[in-house]
Amino acid sequence: MNHQLSRERHLELYYFMQLNRQLEERLVRLFRQNKIVGGVYSSLGQEAISVGTAYALEPRDWLAPMIRNIGTLLVKGFKPRDIFTQHMAKATSPTHGKDGTSHFGDLKKLHVVSPISMLGDLIPVMAGVGMAGRYLRQKIVAMTWIGDGGSSTGAFHEGLNFAAVQRAPLVLILENNQWAYSTPVSRQAPLKNFADRALAYGIKSRVVDGNDVVAVHEVAKYAVDECRSGRGPILIEAQTMRMKGHAQHDPAEYVPKDMFEFWKARDPIPLYEKYLTERGLWDAKTKAEIDARIERELDEDQKFAEESPLPDPQTAKQGVYCEGCHTIQADWQRPKEQVMPPAASVQAVWKIADFGAAIMPSGAPNRQVQSESQSKPAQNRQQPPHQRSTRPAPHRPAERPPAVAASGEDGVHDVSEAPPLRVPFGRGPKDRAYEREQQQSRPAKHDRPHRRRRR
Amino acid sequence: MPEVTMLEAIREALFEEFNRDPAVVTLGEDIGVFGGAFKATEGLLAKFGPERVIDTPISETGIVGAACGMSYLGLRPVVEMQFIDFIACCFNQVTNFVAKSHYRWGAPVPMVIRGPSGGGVHGGPFHSANPEMYFVHTPGLKVVYPSTAYDAKGLLKSAIRDNNPVLFFEHKFLYRRVKEQLPDSEYTIPIGKAAVRREGRDLTIVSYAAAAHTSLEAAKLLANDGIDAEVIDLRTLLPLDREAIVSSVKKTSKLLIVHEDTRTGGIAGEIAAIVCEDAFGHLDGPIARVTALDTPVPYSPPLEEYFLPSVEKVAAAARELAQY
Repeated sequence: MNHQLSRERHLELYYFMQLNRQLEERLVRLFRQNKIVGGVYSSLGQEAISVGTAYALEPRDWLAPMIRNIGTLLVKGFKPRDIFTQHMAKATSPTHGKDGTSHFGDLKKLHVVSPISMLGDLIPVMAGVGMAGRYLRQKIVAMTWIGDGGSSTGAFHEGLNFAAVQRAPLVLILENNQWAYSTPVSRQAPLKNFADRALAYGIKSRVVDGNDVVAVHEVAKYAVDECRSGRGPILIEAQTMRMKGHAQHDPAEYVPKDMFEFWKARDPIPLYEKYLTERGLWDAKTKAEIDARIERELDEDQKFAEESPLPDPQTAKQGVYCEGCHTIQADWQRPKEQVMPPAASVQAVWKIADFGAAIMPSGAPNRQVQSESQSKPAQNRQQPPHQRSTRPAPHRPAERPPAVAASGEDGVHDVSEAPPLRVPFGRGPKDRAYEREQQQSRPAKHDRPHRRRRR
Repeated sequence: MPEVTMLEAIREALFEEFNRDPAVVTLGEDIGVFGGAFKATEGLLAKFGPERVIDTPISETGIVGAACGMSYLGLRPVVEMQFIDFIACCFNQVTNFVAKSHYRWGAPVPMVIRGPSGGGVHGGPFHSANPEMYFVHTPGLKVVYPSTAYDAKGLLKSAIRDNNPVLFFEHKFLYRRVKEQLPDSEYTIPIGKAAVRREGRDLTIVSYAAAAHTSLEAAKLLANDGIDAEVIDLRTLLPLDREAIVSSVKKTSKLLIVHEDTRTGGIAGEIAAIVCEDAFGHLDGPIARVTALDTPVPYSPPLEEYFLPSVEKVAAAARELAQY
């Protein structure tokens, strides 16, 4: 049991996960009835990530969802009717029919930034949200999500590097759901864990079982607290599985059947139900009550959406520009004088730590290091031939990078601290690297026939 | 009052807006300690500090994205592109994220992207471009392209105060070449209003930025030939001042459009369409245009000179048009 969460909050996690799932199931039904204008992008099997992460945020915090993060919107305070009307392109939708799906937000009250379809672009935007919050001393944290596929974009790398160098209070959740449309993770990046990328940006990271809502929430809470204390940004990789196609049109026949089977047994909602039962946090009556509440709310909101009118065609031309419709006012939580001269004035010079010689042992002149690195290949050349290995060295999966001291404030990156989660199907069942890894972990006797065969 | 260059006028606008409103911040490459590649932001960091003058990595998508996020919390970021050519690196962020934000979900983005543009300084294909039309074709943005120090200051101040994303093009050929005295008192210039630089009866030359100066010089030559040309400086390309163009054409009945941007898809085509829609009956001759060639901006001086519109080319086109 998570001691940070009360029974009520445990039950709320269930409520949001189940609400997320039931809402999407209704969307699928509406899609089949031809009542949805565009696509439905299912987050089936990933609800624990949306709910568990967003639940770690406070009302003042900001989030920006991706397409499969309807759960985050529900947690932040949007209602199912917002999701229904968005998908049905109704005049009553938050965007009044200008955009669909989860492409909406709320600057003033809920602090939600609308995503765009181009992946990765939210990351620098949310870094900016965090930076502005820090500038205004609002003590906020910004959170956004990206997929395994989206993490291959340039915007992902620019955004994360930008956030890292600015030390922005940004929590980036990388949902590794094994598939980017029809492309498996192994074709996105040759990485065991995407969280390892954090090392390259000089930031902390964690890997978490994305189907365990309690674990997800715990790690998200840690990340949010760290960011709020000025130790961000943080990258969290949540490993999970997209249980449907890319969208409703896609039957996902490219996914191996046994891969679905494997993950179905790890469905986050039954897992969490079991958790609640085993710990005596609820009984059948409580569950029935929550489920009934969800049905009631969804019935009401679906009815509202279905009865809502489509937008007036003339409104298409409205709203390209802000023509006095918005008052733009920052919420200052610090005296403005602090950022005005003379208080803001500084001496405009760079201070360069170690004069750029950070990789060298302290006090060692430049030359020594160079000669050391040059001497190594020379020694190899002098090596007698008989000492050389006659067979090529057996291939080993890349070892985890060691924790190195770098620019992190605590000097050490946490990526190697968290044990990697074993997800056998993460690379696809025919993945050689996974097979090799399995062979290596077997006892030696199993290895013998294999070696004999090779001779 | 001493005369100030366009570059100094831009710097003055930044200092005044930074002083007026602590929500104004600026982000860009080498803009802080170094003061910018062209020194437009020189002195800003020392006065307003690193929280407001942010030196960034070489990361145009990161910079524009972060500025957009900052604007969502009510700040008014001014982004510097070291050269406006590099805006291509963040095209998606500008055209899809920033430009569509207010239309899609009612989130205004009060930010400015400013940077040196234009040719004539032998910068070659990647330091001389005029990419304004990519953005004039993007609803949700405003595009400003001044030609004088006075306009640059007044328009930049308006751009910073605008609730919409404004792309502010600064022609680098004009940076230190145009000078004038600026008023002591504060002033702004409304976005979307053209200026009549020279009144005339015989034909209208519509232009902007460095080409507006080319057009004015050509008008002087034409005056010697007895051709009285009216010269309109657009100043803002989006929204375009239709009224100024149409009313001038109604007066002179002839239209020549001059721009330094390449020919195909340049704003001349759009202006020609507007005049055909609103003043076709007043035209006494074909709509003519003098533009750069449909090529990248070449590096070598004779090539670039041949590429750009010149006073002679403008005068020749105007003489031909005047014969109708």
